[in-house]
Formats: sequence, C-alpha cells, structure tokens
Amino acid sequence: MKPASFSYHAPRSVSEAVALLAEYAPQDGRVLAGGQSLVPTMAFRMARPAHLIDINGIAELAALTVEGEMLKIGACVRHAAFDSDTVPGATGTLLRKVVHNIAHYPIRTRGTFCGSVANADPASEWCCVMAALDGVAVLQSQRGERRVAAADFYQGVMTTALEEDELLVRCELPVLADDARSGFVEFSRRKGDFAIAMALVVYRLEAGKIVEPRVAVGGAETHARRIPDAEAVLAGAAPNAANFAKAARAAAADCDPMEDINNTADYRRELVCTMVERALERAV
Amino acid sequence: MSEKRDITLHINGEDFFVSVEPRRTLVDVIRDDCGQTGTHIGCEHGVCGACTVLVDGEPMRSCLMFAVQADGRRIRTIEGLAKGETLHPMQEAFMKHHALQCGFCTPGFLMLAIGALEKNPDVSDDEIVDILSSNLCRCTGYENIVKAVKAAAAVMKAQA
Repeated sequence: MKPASFSYHAPRSVSEAVALLAEYAPQDGRVLAGGQSLVPTMAFRMARPAHLIDINGIAELAALTVEGEMLKIGACVRHAAFDSDTVPGATGTLLRKVVHNIAHYPIRTRGTFCGSVANADPASEWCCVMAALDGVAVLQSQRGERRVAAADFYQGVMTTALEEDELLVRCELPVLADDARSGFVEFSRRKGDFAIAMALVVYRLEAGKIVEPRVAVGGAETHARRIPDAEAVLAGAAPNAANFAKAARAAAADCDPMEDINNTADYRRELVCTMVERALERAV
Repeated sequence: MSEKRDITLHINGEDFFVSVEPRRTLVDVIRDDCGQTGTHIGCEHGVCGACTVLVDGEPMRSCLMFAVQADGRRIRTIEGLAKGETLHPMQEAFMKHHALQCGFCTPGFLMLAIGALEKNPDVSDDEIVDILSSNLCRCTGYENIVKAVKAAAAVMKAQA
C-alpha cells in the first residue's frame, strides 16, 4: 500500500528539529531518519503520523568521531559506515563483525545506528551492542540534554526512555582496549531476517585468565541486556571450552525468553545457550 | 495536510521538475511523474528489492524513501545503463548467463550489483552472495544471477 498523508518538515539544525518536535510530537509527529522501519510500517498503514520531521538534512548529525575514550555516533550515521575502517581499534573490529548481520546491503546504506537504537526492536543488533558496551543515548529537547545509559534506556519491546519531544542526537560507545576480544553470533531462519537470538561477548586476557567479561543477549527477551550470571562464570576463568559452555548455560538459565508462533521459550533458551557459546568460541 | 512540494530529481543525467505530495515514495514519482518505468515496484515495503536504484551512487530501496527526500540528488536507474546500442557489462552478463526469466526483478538486481561493484570492485564471491541476498527472484534460483555478477565484475574491473 501507499503511506497516508502527512506534513513534511525538513529542519537544517538540531535546535530547529527539537523546536518542531516540541510543536508537533503532541500532534502525532515522528522523527524520520533512515526510514527503513518507519516507512514500511507507514506503507502498511500501521503507522499514520500526521507530521514527519526529517533529520537527514542536519549536517551536524552525520558525524562519526572518536573523542577521547568515546566513539560518538550521530543520529544520521548509516549502518554501512561501520563496514569500513573508519572506526579504529577493537571497537571498530567489533562493529564490523556485527554490521554484516543487519538486514541487507541496500538497507544498510540508508538505515541508521541511532534509528535502530530508538526503534528498540528486540532483535536490533545495535541495541545489543549498546547493552553489551554500556553505551549512552544522548537525548536532546528544548528542555535540555539528557544522557541515558543503555541499561536504563530500554524498557521493553520497542519502548525506550525517549520522551515524545526528545531527539536521540547521538549514541556513545566506549573505545575498547586494543587487546579486547569480541565475538558476535546471531541465528535467524534466513539471511537478513530478524534474529531469534543473538549474543555479543567481549573480554580481555591477563595472565591467561579472562578479565572484564561482557556477555549480552539480544533477540530473545523484550530487549537486549548484559547477563551478570554468565559474566561471573567467566571472570578470572581460563578461556576454554568447559568455561564457555558453563557461561552459556548460565546465560540461558537467566533468560526469560519471549514466545511466538514459531519459537517457544524453551527453544529460544536453547538458542541463547548456543549463541553465547559460539560467540565465546569465536571471540578473537 | 499534505501540500505539494516542487522538487527536482536528477535521473540519469536529466532534470525532472515535479510537484509531489510528501507521502509519495521515490519509486512512484520516478515511474508516474517522470515516466521512467524501468524501475519496478514489487512489495512496497522494502523486502523484495525490485525498486532498487542508485541515489548518489548508493543502492537504496526507492519504496522506502520519499521523493521529497531525493530533491536535488543524483539518481540512476536501469534506463541509464546502456550507452546507445551498447549494453552495460552487467546487462550483457545477465543475458549471457540466463540470469533472468520473467525479468520483473532484473532492474533491481542490476542496480544493486552495479552500485556495489562500483563502490568495491574487488568484492569476493562470498560478498557477492551476501549482496545479492538483498533481492528476491522467483524464477532463476539465483545461481545464474551469481554467475552473471561474478562475470560482470571481472569485465567491469578490466574496463575501469
């Protein structure tokens, strides 16, 4: 089908955008970034926003920069930007591993990192990255700026801490140490489909033992999150198959998976176990 | 509500001055207002890839972009591939390797493959399969499309 009518606004600055949001959000106004989730929903007429505020023309939101210990990802940075050596070091390596799992090539040229985070689909890979690395969502409105940690940002299926007049202007990820190892695995029935479960792990080795382990699971529960039980198994342990399996079982035991017509909670829990184990095995 | 906007679309080097409602997708305007019907509309929600065109060199789903967003941008469609009587190497390869049957998905596959190869001529066989997984074809079973794109990649690289 074709999207229903809406009024189109194309601000050229963040201040203009948040002014438009303050005015039109109460009248069912929405932010349009890459549009790879919103526009299909509009085509189905499941979404019929009265106003769209298109942020693609705001130059300052296209920036992808490393400042000190933080990678700053502006609201209009496309998925494809991470399929290059733009982001240095171990963080860049991790993001390159993840990006190939996101939808398909022509979706990655248009869809945005921040759009995926704001949309908060349970199967969003970037939401899993934000959770795993304790990323920060920077929210701007006419009332000011708020910085919200990933653990507080996600509140449920496609539900976040964003207020209706707030714009997610950028996400920030910590720059990982050069010797950080990362592994990412997801399972979907066909390439590019929404994942049924995914796992992202990051850790370092000191004297042959795992330090600073991070284990995040996405796709299985209402939103991605770190799994402290699995991390506790890994901390101080040797990186071997037995410990990986033990951590994977701990992650599965802690999960409260969603059910749908194709996937029971038990099936998803088994998948979480397999995904965490594989992500640990592949972490280099 | 949805007052029309005057925009300019640069399609295959030609300027089209059109007045469109914001709700109109890029593919609808390319076809209905600019008369360039080589680009096909399949699913209209970003799944099939039949409407793939190049916007400033990047393959994009033209059903997931509003025409007003493409104002002033350079668009390439299948109509711009052949130079006179000479087909683009990708078109030649699709014919030679029987990479189409009904042809409905073909404009999208051509623009997808050409956009990806122009950006990265050294694409690996695995990457070609990954790129082509974006679009749907109900006739060929994909094998011949993969063969054609591999063959065209070699020709495009030699000509570059």
